[in-house]
Amino acid sequence: MKARIHITLKKGILDPQGKAIEHAMETLGFKSVYNVRVGKYLEMDVGETARDKAEAQVKAMCEKLLANTIIEDYTFELDSSALNPLGTGQREGAKR
Amino acid sequence: MKTLLHFGVVIFPGSNCDHDCIHVLSNLLGQRVTPIWHKDASLDGVDAIILPGGFSYGDYLRTGAIARFSPVMTAVRQFAQAGGMVLGICNGFQILLEAGLLPGAMLRNKALSFICKDVYVRVENAATPFTSHCESGQVLKIPVAHADGNYYADEVTISQLKAHAQVVFRYCTSDGETSDQANPNGSLDNIAGIRNAAGNVLGLMPHPERCAEEVLGNEDGRLIFLSMIDSLNKPRVAIQEVSA
Repeated sequence: MKARIHITLKKGILDPQGKAIEHAMETLGFKSVYNVRVGKYLEMDVGETARDKAEAQVKAMCEKLLANTIIEDYTFELDSSALNPLGTGQREGAKR
Repeated sequence: MKTLLHFGVVIFPGSNCDHDCIHVLSNLLGQRVTPIWHKDASLDGVDAIILPGGFSYGDYLRTGAIARFSPVMTAVRQFAQAGGMVLGICNGFQILLEAGLLPGAMLRNKALSFICKDVYVRVENAATPFTSHCESGQVLKIPVAHADGNYYADEVTISQLKAHAQVVFRYCTSDGETSDQANPNGSLDNIAGIRNAAGNVLGLMPHPERCAEEVLGNEDGRLIFLSMIDSLNKPRVAIQEVSA
């Protein structure tokens, strides 16, 4: 199971990078752009085939380490069609 | 006669102010100091712990986020919960926040740049074991060097910090005014340093170890270390007096 995780600053917390990009967009002529937020994107193979188990794991990872929930929000999606070509649970570069 | 105190300075991969702390405590203030590697599970019976500045784990993910899981942090947590004195400077402060030993979190500096310069901080609470050598309202000049020092906490946390006098240092002008202009990084309420509710854990962004001797042209930082030494010595003296 592949997990794709997005982490952004919570609403209401100033995102200076987002603001700077917003201004640049405006200068470029994209005048209708607003609420730009800059965040992090992580993807990982979760060595799980059961969706509920994978979901519980990714949620725990986000809460404990990947996001700081005082300042950040996270969302994630699970994709079972994007199996690791080496097979579930195997790491890329692992000895074959 | 004062007993020689035993300080532990934790070294994470990427710490870079560890030796400055060791130098101040041992060479300048004559205390016993043990460097503690982050993989050590024991604190070697120290009287106080310092988490120094630097870039532990390259600041990967977030500042302090990975260091928090270093083996030594289990011992640091137990030490703090048992009332042991813990001082976190800069990256050490960020680690204490990530570890939940202090409330709140650090955001990127408001202007997005790394700031390395002298700033002024006002001592908001001189009745702590880290500031007993200062006077309330005293202005200290101490350098900062960070990219993520923009302190943030939700409203409830901020009001609790204020209610319990947990804000120990605020960024200010040389005259002691806490204005926006004197705030280098956008910290909420000009917060530069806080302590926990119990009072034994302090985190601050400025680097007192970088201004603790005359040859560097500024000794303001020395006050923090002298306060710690005095506070740690006091209970011992009291016990000796009682038993005598």
